Amino acid sequence: MSYLLSQPTEVLTLLLQHLRMTGISLGVAIALAVPLALLATRLRWLAVPLMGGLGILYTIPSLALIIFLVPLFGLNATSVIVAMVLYTQVILVRNLTVGLAGINPAVLEAARGMGMSVSQRWWRVQVPLVLPVFLAGVRIAAIVAIAIATIGAKFNAGGLGKLLFDGIQTNRYDKIVAGAIAVALLALVINGLLLALEHYAQPQRRLKKTL
Amino acid sequence: MGTIQFDDVSLRFAGGARPAVNRVTCQVNSGEIVVILGPSGCGKTTLLKMVNRLYEPTGGNIFLDGVNIRKIKATKLRQQIGYVIQQSGLFPHMTVADNVAVVPKLLGWGKPQIQARIDELLELVKLPPGEFRDRYPAQLSGGQQQRVGIARALAGNPGIMLMDEPFGAIDAITRAALQDEILRLQGQLKKTILFVSHDVEEALRLADRILVMRLGEVVQFDTPFNLLTQPADEFVYNLLGADDMVRQLGLLRVASAMMALPPNYSNGHNPTLSHLDSLRDALSLILKTGAPALTVLEEGNPVGLLTLDHIRESAVAGPGAGENRR
Ligand SMILES: Nc1ncnc2c1ncn2[C@@H]1O[C@H](COP(=O)(O)OP(=O)(O)O)[C@@H](O)[C@H]1O
Ligand SMILES: [Mg+2]
Repeated sequence: MSYLLSQPTEVLTLLLQHLRMTGISLGVAIALAVPLALLATRLRWLAVPLMGGLGILYTIPSLALIIFLVPLFGLNATSVIVAMVLYTQVILVRNLTVGLAGINPAVLEAARGMGMSVSQRWWRVQVPLVLPVFLAGVRIAAIVAIAIATIGAKFNAGGLGKLLFDGIQTNRYDKIVAGAIAVALLALVINGLLLALEHYAQPQRRLKKTL
Repeated sequence: MGTIQFDDVSLRFAGGARPAVNRVTCQVNSGEIVVILGPSGCGKTTLLKMVNRLYEPTGGNIFLDGVNIRKIKATKLRQQIGYVIQQSGLFPHMTVADNVAVVPKLLGWGKPQIQARIDELLELVKLPPGEFRDRYPAQLSGGQQQRVGIARALAGNPGIMLMDEPFGAIDAITRAALQDEILRLQGQLKKTILFVSHDVEEALRLADRILVMRLGEVVQFDTPFNLLTQPADEFVYNLLGADDMVRQLGLLRVASAMMALPPNYSNGHNPTLSHLDSLRDALSLILKTGAPALTVLEEGNPVGLLTLDHIRESAVAGPGAGENRR
């Protein structure tokens, strides 16, 4: 803990690197997961092989996955980010497909029967209804991404993991503890923020609880 | 405003062994409640959904006020037709007010007009706006949800309402209250209502005319009175339970059996009752007062006369129906 306070600029730099990796990977992952999930919803036959493939990716240890990617993307943050994107796909795509499939068909029929166009149904009904489920997926994906980004330090990508690995290498116990605490705090804060967002995205549940 | 004409309308689903709806030709007049009645799977929903183009017929044409609905853009058409379904289909993420506002928004109404409309409709379906405006559907009972569903369907002021077993999942007491509500609203609003039901009592209570369907075809299309007294065949006879006279009298409205006022009618000393009362009410009134005839009132004005003979005629199944079926 004292290390975190005594080296604020170093820690801040590492934190920003960590956040940057997490942010970029989540952004790319979401941009990829939305069309994939829509495709899997539209083309039923695609759902099983797609989810299966993504599931298998998820079982590969993250360290191994990054090592596979280094020859392709180099010993840098890019390899780590690509690994994070691949890893989080299964979480995001599954949450989105399950969320879309979980919308009450009567609600969609009512939307159609009232004269909403395809895009009106999407933006006014489907999006708001899957948003909480989707955000729950984003939250889990963010935690996974933060964990993988920690390993990124091994691949020259920087991030809070650097404190951990440097500490191990130089036998600096205080650095190891500082790294561990920093990563855990980051995960907790991000989790809390996304949880609040999730909560905010479903006013109907929020009110129900107060009854 | 609001005539629906089916002209030789059929729909065969891809892979269906027989058409779900087979060569239906009939006309629903402006301002009447027509109940589509028949056993499960006979094509009621399919017929209904062709009116707002949720399904497209594979044969024949449907006209609204003489205009072929194929010529109207599907979304435009649907915005002009109220649609109420069984599970209410309310948008769970929207408040009651926002649910009601959906069609007016689609129609591009201004904000103040929409707000006024929401309050007007909630008053109309007896959900005080102050209490219900900002609730979410999950905070309402089944009956209240259906009331919101009806308000939502009425919001764009459509001439036609399509209702697919709207009270099917509601307990009997609430259902009766909602049926009364429909009749009360209809008295005020005079919509053309096409109402799907598999509940005979509901059909007899609500309908001006009942369209009886079986295996995708129309078996008979007539008033409740005529269906009970002159069922077209055994199927209709059994479906309506036309052999139970007392029950039948309880379901028929006075208006269905009365005769028009004679030209020389002078307000005598007849006991009076409302045109919405049942024939059973009329019978007990005659028995109680011993009067030879009753005067039927609509909003306080005499509109017809009813005698014991009229009631007897209603209770006796028509030619060819009764004898050989007992
Ligand atoms: N979307 C559909 N695809 C294929 N068959 C259908 C579809 N909808 C209904 N059917 C069939 O058409 C027939 C009529 O169905 P429906 O109109 O829903 O009956 P009802 O509303 O009278 O219970 C049934 O045999 C049903 O199985
Ligand atoms: Mg049906």
